[in-house]
Amino acid sequence: MALDKQVDWSDVGPLFRDGISVMFGGFMGVGTPDGLVSVLRERGTKNLTLIGNDTAAPETGVGPLISDGHVSKVVVSHIGTNPVTGKKMIAGELDVDLVPQGTLAERIRCGGAGLGGVLTPTGVGTVVEEGKAKMVVDGKTFLVELPLRADVAILKAKRADRAGNLVYERAARNFNPIMALAADLVIAEVDEIVEIGEIDPDHVMTPAALVDKIVLTRRL
Amino acid sequence: MQAKEVIARRVAQEFHEGYVVNLGIGLPTLVPRYLPAGMHITLQSENGFLGLAPLEGEPLPGVVNAGGQPCGLMPGAAMFDSAMSFALIRGGHVDVTVLGGLQVDEEGNLANWMVPGKMVPGMGGAMDLVTGARKVIVAMEHCTKEGEPRILDRCTLPLTAKGRVAMVVTELAVFRITHGEFVLIEHAPGVSVEDVRARTKARFAVSDELKAINLG
Repeated sequence: MALDKQVDWSDVGPLFRDGISVMFGGFMGVGTPDGLVSVLRERGTKNLTLIGNDTAAPETGVGPLISDGHVSKVVVSHIGTNPVTGKKMIAGELDVDLVPQGTLAERIRCGGAGLGGVLTPTGVGTVVEEGKAKMVVDGKTFLVELPLRADVAILKAKRADRAGNLVYERAARNFNPIMALAADLVIAEVDEIVEIGEIDPDHVMTPAALVDKIVLTRRL
Repeated sequence: MQAKEVIARRVAQEFHEGYVVNLGIGLPTLVPRYLPAGMHITLQSENGFLGLAPLEGEPLPGVVNAGGQPCGLMPGAAMFDSAMSFALIRGGHVDVTVLGGLQVDEEGNLANWMVPGKMVPGMGGAMDLVTGARKVIVAMEHCTKEGEPRILDRCTLPLTAKGRVAMVVTELAVFRITHGEFVLIEHAPGVSVEDVRARTKARFAVSDELKAINLG
């Protein structure tokens, strides 16, 4: 009998500490677990490092964590839709590491797949190559991009079984599946929890073995 | 005809049946309006799917485009994660990408992701798209709002990618970049080569087959 990984919201808070790195699923907030973001806020966590695609908008996705000063560093591909991120960056209150989106995905994948890095042509001849090793393969130049991991990954899925097999909804999948591999603790906020065996094995998008905790979506 | 429509109509002529296309935000999203009736292309959305369609009816959960706006899905659409999405982009599985530009230069360099000290939105997926798509078309107005040329001998803004632009389409002209040569191939009706030169700060050759942009 597989472990039942469902936890209550009251069990979630103690899983977060100051100074942790947090990978978050989502693209402009779509696929970001809003309830887990709220817990990070309510808990008053400080000096978080956030790793994900973008900082959404001040009131969506991880935006509120940045607005309220919980975050000291973000590793993202885009901040343009959240003016607060830009303001805090210019004020020296927030460290912003911009990474091309495909490179970010591959670095996370490497972090979760036991790989020491990836060779990508993206960024060659641009500021992205600064400080990075290069390799030439078959006459083509690549940047050596290194793996990314986090202490915690917070994911959003449409459905889970009690063991933690996950199914995502449409484009809310985005970075969630690769992050499930790349963090020491993986917590998924899901809209529906079903019994083990109810999800067709062919339809599982993230296998339960990668997921530590599941929590039912909190309607905010 | 407005500048944007001229540009979108001309870019549409570069698409072919069955193409997989990724369109940047803004002007490039106008291009599908001007495809010949019956031509089928598949739009890729870098947030994780093939088969982007305009929104019809109510927004559906999780169905958003790469600008985070509600959109539709074509019958036969396919959803996937970000690693797969960028494998498609970087791996040459996207036939054409059309993006806006801040500057393009005669070596096919593109700058479109930041203005130091002014605008630092981040590159998002633009660097991967320009690096990996089989053909990169820059669709932009010829000059800035202040009338400064955007087509330069050398980009002064930070690059998005080096030497990857194959074609530049503006409301005045179409340039092709092949084997390091920057060539004027078409001009807008009523626009002379001299008019184009006056508004362009790049050296360019003029094609032997120079013709007017077909806006029919």
